[in-house]
Amino acid sequence: MNVDIALYESIKTSGIDLILSLPCILLKGILEEIEKRQEIQNISLTREEEGVGIAAGAYLGGKTPAILMQNSGLGNSINAIKSLLQLYNIPVIFIMSHRGVEGEKILAQIPMGKLTPSLLDLLNIKKFIINSLDDIKIIKKAVDLSRKTKNSVGILLKRNLWRE
Amino acid sequence: MIRYDAIKRIVDSLKDELIVCNLGAPSRELYNISNRDENFYMLGSMGLASSIALGIAISKPERKIICIDGDGSILMNLGSLCTIANIVPNNFILIVIDNSSYGSTGDQKTYTGNKTRLEVIAKGAGFNSIIVINEKEQIQPTLENLKKGCHFVLIKTQPGNADVKNLPLLPEDIKERFIKAIFQKN
Repeated sequence: MNVDIALYESIKTSGIDLILSLPCILLKGILEEIEKRQEIQNISLTREEEGVGIAAGAYLGGKTPAILMQNSGLGNSINAIKSLLQLYNIPVIFIMSHRGVEGEKILAQIPMGKLTPSLLDLLNIKKFIINSLDDIKIIKKAVDLSRKTKNSVGILLKRNLWRE
Repeated sequence: MIRYDAIKRIVDSLKDELIVCNLGAPSRELYNISNRDENFYMLGSMGLASSIALGIAISKPERKIICIDGDGSILMNLGSLCTIANIVPNNFILIVIDNSSYGSTGDQKTYTGNKTRLEVIAKGAGFNSIIVINEKEQIQPTLENLKKGCHFVLIKTQPGNADVKNLPLLPEDIKERFIKAIFQKN
């Protein structure tokens, strides 16, 4: 099965009904799939932190929002994660392409790429790693946990996923 | 007119609108003027008022949403103006009370007291409906006569905060009663 279609299906069946996104080259296929299906509203962001605000509002309004972005955007979202999401116990699903690690050719991606897993730990956000097609089913598990704990979760999509 | 006078006139125009209010002095003043379940008081994440309000507006299209933002705050999240103006929620009023200062931190000046014009930025961002208010008497009738749509309302005021008490509410309580208020009226 095509990775982007599998990701899309897993996002949809997990109950995510709003996507807030900024692109990454690794996310090109999944973003196209979302646009093509026209089942889940996708709002383009100007900056990731803005997405945290929109997601918080959408959660108050009854939605299950996810932010689809590159892991670099986690750095742009830190204060909002702490002083908005976790202060009010508002959960948001962060789905991130994990750049700056295995096989990265762009030097500037490396510092944030290396930091990302421990940054999630520091932020008290449980991380879920997707390395293969088989791992994609954990998206549902992550979303369920986020609902139950009212805390955000971080799903890291590894470059390997698209190399299978 | 200072911010407090503006918020008072905004409150006078309200029916069952949902409000997202910028943190610090604006939220304290709103709380002391009219503490409603339909008020979401921000406590942190400066700059994100309009984004939170947009999220509510798209998920509850049948409710009317008013965001009470400030010049310092919207300057931290100007991209939000582009997103709102392109999504064009049909139930959204973004009010920016522009006192050209960071009121909650001691009235330090912002750029809107010098060269920056927020109404021009809003136009460039793509807003079709932009209203600038300079007199407090204009606030209530203007808001009451606004048609359903996506509006940017700039209220120009002097710097200054009212002497009001702190919010006694916990974040979880603000959230829970706000969610209840959103869903009760359906």
